[in-house]
Amino acid sequence: MKKILFIEDESALQKTLGEILRQEGFEIIPALDGETGLEMAKTKKPDLILLDLILPKLHGLEVLKQLKEDPGTKGIPVIILTNLEGIGHVDTALELGATTYLVKAQYTLEEVLEKIKKALQE
Amino acid sequence: MDLKKIFSQFNIVVQCKRYGLSLWQCPQFLFLIMGVVIIGTAVITYAIGTRYVEDPALIALIILLLTTILFIIAFIIIQGFERLAEANRMKSEFISVASHQLRSPLSNLRWAIELLMSGRLGKIEKKQTEYFKILKENSGRMMELISDLLTVSRIEQRTLPLKKQEFSLENLIKELILEFKPFIQSSNIEVKFKAEENLPKILADPSQIRLAAENLLDNATRYIKDKGEVEIKLEKKRGDLYFEIGDNGVGIPKEDKKYIFQKFFRSENVLKYQTQGSGLGLYITKSIIEKSGGKIGFSSQEGKGSTFWFTLPIK
Repeated sequence: MKKILFIEDESALQKTLGEILRQEGFEIIPALDGETGLEMAKTKKPDLILLDLILPKLHGLEVLKQLKEDPGTKGIPVIILTNLEGIGHVDTALELGATTYLVKAQYTLEEVLEKIKKALQE
Repeated sequence: MDLKKIFSQFNIVVQCKRYGLSLWQCPQFLFLIMGVVIIGTAVITYAIGTRYVEDPALIALIILLLTTILFIIAFIIIQGFERLAEANRMKSEFISVASHQLRSPLSNLRWAIELLMSGRLGKIEKKQTEYFKILKENSGRMMELISDLLTVSRIEQRTLPLKKQEFSLENLIKELILEFKPFIQSSNIEVKFKAEENLPKILADPSQIRLAAENLLDNATRYIKDKGEVEIKLEKKRGDLYFEIGDNGVGIPKEDKKYIFQKFFRSENVLKYQTQGSGLGLYITKSIIEKSGGKIGFSSQEGKGSTFWFTLPIK
């Protein structure tokens, strides 16, 4: 079973997206802040990370940076899932090595699910 | 009628009230006072000057005093302008913060509705689906409004990203029409698209141009009475690509024409047919086209239809 680390502080999203992913047969590791997320990535070795940007304790971009600096987590694909828009953030995230940048408001749950499946296949 | 309008331009009290400034902070009013003081100064110095020619020190003192008063008034006028500029900046910032903050809970809401409707959490009765649809449609409308407001705040704060690249406007419009197809068919509208052969590519931000064209297509198909006919043309004119979209809809009343590109403006006759709409579409479209180096305009006759056009430079 593929493991997905879901770093997101909004419990509503943890529930909806978490539910749909569990139904699709993934194992979900929820993390409600940046620090916990980073820690979980190192200990649980997920197959994919879903990362919000506005997070308590540690900003998502900082989490991404540290993930990509650590040889143990460097290879895990990271999907940014946020409502923060603007070229600055998108460019920075992609430069740091994020696989895709998704703005929550622009996608349906099913579309996000497709993107996740696609990222796991690659 | 027009005379009344001109007159209201001079009604300073009304103008100042609109800005939310008190009379003594309002630039227009202070400017008038300054004018009066300047004329007064000239008259007084003339009168005093002819009377007390033998005492120039007194005249100099009076002039100095009056100049100081003028200087103070001028200073307050500048401050008034600063307040207006600040109010405008705050408004843009408010729109930006409010729309950003509304977007997160709204996307949570939409995803929760989607999950409920998908049947993944259990079977839904037919009657319930109807109400889920209402939730979905209305949250969708809110999302559209918020995204329009976000675009407006980006335009006003000059942070609208323009990532220019070469692309085919013809293909973009074809895709757009395809996307509108379900709506077009259900509303009994016929859309014709004529493009000149071998049109060159243009250099602009495709996602922004798409938004601009989408707004025009949306307007053309939205305000139609019975059987709609929309005609889109794309051709090369000198160094530009020329896009034109004509409809046989309700048209724009003569007196509303000059306001049509203003934000939040919605024409009276349109409100009779369609109350939905933010009045932001054409404002956004105009800003995008002009920022991309193009021009935009329209011709319209009430009851007959409207034709909007824009140009975009080739490379």
